[in-house]
Amino acid sequence: MELINKEQVSKKLSGRLMVNKVMKFIFLLCTLVGLVVLATLLIDTILDGWRYLTVDFFTNFSSSRPDNAGIRGAIIGTLWLMATTAPIAIILSVGTALYLEEYAPKNKLVDFVKINISNLAGVPSVVFGLLGLTLFVRMAGLGNSVLAAALTMSLMILPVIVVASQEAIRSVPGSIREASIGMGATKWQTITRIILPASIPGIITGIILALSRAIGETAPLVIIGIPTILLFTPTGVLDTFSALPMQIFSWVKLPNPEFQSITAAAILVLLFILFLMNSVAIYIRNKYSKRF
Amino acid sequence: MKKSMFMAALLMSLMFILAACGGGSAEDPTDESTEANTEGSETSSDEEASASGSVSGDGSSTVAPILELINEDFNAENPDVQVSIGVSGTGGGFEKFVAGETDFQNASREIKEEEITALEDAGIEYTEFKVANDGLTVAVNTENDFVDYLTFEELQTIYSGEATTWSDVRADFPDEEITAYAPDQSHGTHDFFKEAVMEDGDITAELNQDTNVISQSVTSDVNSIGFFGYNFYMVNEDNLKGVPVQGPDNDEPVEVTEETVMSYDYPLARPLFVYAKNESLESNESFMQFMEFTIDNASSAAEEAGYVALTEEEMQEQVDKLSEFQ
Repeated sequence: MELINKEQVSKKLSGRLMVNKVMKFIFLLCTLVGLVVLATLLIDTILDGWRYLTVDFFTNFSSSRPDNAGIRGAIIGTLWLMATTAPIAIILSVGTALYLEEYAPKNKLVDFVKINISNLAGVPSVVFGLLGLTLFVRMAGLGNSVLAAALTMSLMILPVIVVASQEAIRSVPGSIREASIGMGATKWQTITRIILPASIPGIITGIILALSRAIGETAPLVIIGIPTILLFTPTGVLDTFSALPMQIFSWVKLPNPEFQSITAAAILVLLFILFLMNSVAIYIRNKYSKRF
Repeated sequence: MKKSMFMAALLMSLMFILAACGGGSAEDPTDESTEANTEGSETSSDEEASASGSVSGDGSSTVAPILELINEDFNAENPDVQVSIGVSGTGGGFEKFVAGETDFQNASREIKEEEITALEDAGIEYTEFKVANDGLTVAVNTENDFVDYLTFEELQTIYSGEATTWSDVRADFPDEEITAYAPDQSHGTHDFFKEAVMEDGDITAELNQDTNVISQSVTSDVNSIGFFGYNFYMVNEDNLKGVPVQGPDNDEPVEVTEETVMSYDYPLARPLFVYAKNESLESNESFMQFMEFTIDNASSAAEEAGYVALTEEEMQEQVDKLSEFQ
């Protein structure tokens, strides 16, 4: 008796190969849809905006006269916002992740907290804006300052970083953890000498991806009431400021068609910053990923 | 090995903080240059109290272009006054004005009854200033050759959703489906149209937050109609057909032009306002300076932004109102 019915196989083989080809084609189409849309967007924006990417564009403040319009206020405001958001978000989220993974007892309450942190990641940014408006702008009396916006942004990206950090910390093999404790190290010594060094690529990747989300986020800033017409840059975290996405949002609504191109130029700058941040994230991930 | 990696990671997280310092130091030289400018203007002008306070405003996106122009020119003369203006729309701006967060409020419609009550409850006294006139423009596609004018009643049938085809609006119009576009509720323009034309009935149309989308939709959609501020019509004049409008007080349809808006013959002409907080006018010298500058330059800024200037009479009224605080 033959193990393989050759007749049967040859009858069905062409059909199977056909299905395989069709599926390959469908998946290729799926990939292309995304790529084509992205390429169209990029090319359209570049064609529209590249002429405006002059030195003046970076050194001038925003203006309602198209020739004078620039993004100095917006870009410096965005840097301030990011520089204030980053430390707040990093300390809060990495601290949370370390507690949840290393110190917290394993019980229902902690599980409940963990699930809710993941849920928070899906809350729309507008809701965080409203939270920031009541909590930081109004109740804490911070006004529409860099600090109020940074605290709001930190809360928004906190769950993303916490989840990424948890994953990274969890992926450190139990064996080296136990080895460290077996050598007489305390929990804190194990964290600083073993766990953090091993998990930091994952944590940093999470941080950068979260910050790239924050840098392009407009809705919370709109809700907090960040001004778009201002001709100064902040000198401290309690000063008000403008930000790149806000500038884009307000320029695109102006009647003068020339502002559509200026908006495109500002979008290019934002995209470039995003690209840079994502590249750093990918670089770190690739460089340090194969540790154990 | 582990250590160097940890350091590298630390460096990465420090990157952002360093980026901020970069931003901070980048502005230092400009601070010096603005100081230099101040000295220059101090000697040239007689403003001894070269104010260095801060002024904040919010409100209408219709009024914002005028105030942005004024702010640019004001800043050239008073670089030490920090003016920040948000663009949350008339309604959104009033919320901040009521909360006492802003010194002034831009509005593309008159203050509402409930906003007056809210301000009274909050103990905030204010003064209303006109800064420009605007003609809310009704426009159709350039290929639309049958609409020669529209009355308020006809506009009402369109924007109440009663008319679904142009022939429902007027019997001799073709039997084509109408697409009506309008700015959404965040715009004072929406409220103004609702009150003036709809007799406070709801607007049933495709509402949009971005006025550019409305003007572009009307440009590309043959059977559409839309309305927006005069400045949006002015920059798109070649791509849109402005519709003369006949209000209840008009004997015949009136076209939207600078003259008809200024004289208020055009039934959808409206003033654009800046509401100033009295307390700030009295106590904040920079704000007083800013408002003086605003009133003085309102007309030229209004025209540059594509609106219609106030008449001289109206202008004098505003100057008088402000002088009461001096």
